[in-house]
Amino acid sequence: MNIVIMGCGRVGAELAALLDREGHQVTVLDIDPDAFSQLPADFRGTAVVGNGIDQDVLQRIGLDGADAFVAATPGDNRNVMASQMAKHVFGVPKVVCRIFDPIREDLYHSLGLETVSPTRVVARLLKEAVERATSASSGEAPAEAQARANPDPPGETSEG
Amino acid sequence: MYIIIVGGGKVGYYLARQLVEDGHEVLVIEKDAAKCQQIAEELGDIVLRGDGCEGVTLEAAGTGRADLFIAVTGDDEDNLVACQVAKSKFSVPRTVARISNPKNETIFKKLGIDTTVSSTAVILANIEQELPSHPLIPLLTIKGGGLEIVEVKVPPYSAMVGRRIKDLLLPQQSLIILIIDEEGVPRIPTSDMVIRAGDELVAVARRESEDALRTALTTSAPGGSAPDAG
Repeated sequence: MNIVIMGCGRVGAELAALLDREGHQVTVLDIDPDAFSQLPADFRGTAVVGNGIDQDVLQRIGLDGADAFVAATPGDNRNVMASQMAKHVFGVPKVVCRIFDPIREDLYHSLGLETVSPTRVVARLLKEAVERATSASSGEAPAEAQARANPDPPGETSEG
Repeated sequence: MYIIIVGGGKVGYYLARQLVEDGHEVLVIEKDAAKCQQIAEELGDIVLRGDGCEGVTLEAAGTGRADLFIAVTGDDEDNLVACQVAKSKFSVPRTVARISNPKNETIFKKLGIDTTVSSTAVILANIEQELPSHPLIPLLTIKGGGLEIVEVKVPPYSAMVGRRIKDLLLPQQSLIILIIDEEGVPRIPTSDMVIRAGDELVAVARRESEDALRTALTTSAPGGSAPDAG
């Protein structure tokens, strides 16, 4: 698959590396050229410096031909705007949007975006960990934490 | 009218001041404490400190009863989200977003924002008016219809010089609504009025036929590249 990731922070870089290793064609976009230093040395994908909410930039990287778009910048609103552009302007079939604010996540989920709220996912994981610790004797396995649409990548934690 | 303004920067402040003067009930939502304080000191108790994209803040602002919601922060994405939240969560009848990147105008329309105001485009248009060589100047967008009011100065070499209004070949749905002669005298055009070099024509045109209109009014070779006859 041809996958575009906006935001090369810890999550974006990690995701890019994972998908690259699985053989996907990955393009990572970030406004800060220094961000790409987080990518592993063996990353074979493309790193592009540019603003993901600029239509010209998205055009230039060929977003209209992408199979999937992931918005993973630290800004909820940037992610929401870029995801809506990817979906409604460029017609990308699979668009996933990270939204920290659970209320905004609810809204955009109901408006048709595929969303993942790290806040919600991590809170649930932490709650389950606490419950596991306090009821360790019962030996009851807690329900597996799930993101809204995608399973949470194991070992991934939210960063600010 | 109850009007909510998101963003208490320069645009938000002066907009709020104007709307208060006009007698409207106004609330400014601003994140920055210092800006909030300044607005409160100068305009009174019409500020709410908070994030205008957040449901909780908008709830506290009474967004459900707002008649008009205007987002004028410096960031296009924040204005988009604030307006979308206001519209879909609080059913505000009319949302207006300021945009810095003129390219976002069509995108915002597509994403449900009722009206956009592009500060960059407005500034560009104003500066363009000062450039003598520019043959076609957008003056105003008529909202909804895809129509613009434009101004064209007829160059001396134009094939239209000496022709009567009724003989002009203009793109469809283009109308000349005002002629200002070189002395600055404005006239409502009549079909027999003759175009003179240096006349300024104010016309209504569809946005997509602007180029055709420009060509029609400024092409030099008579009978040359004729635009679509209207």
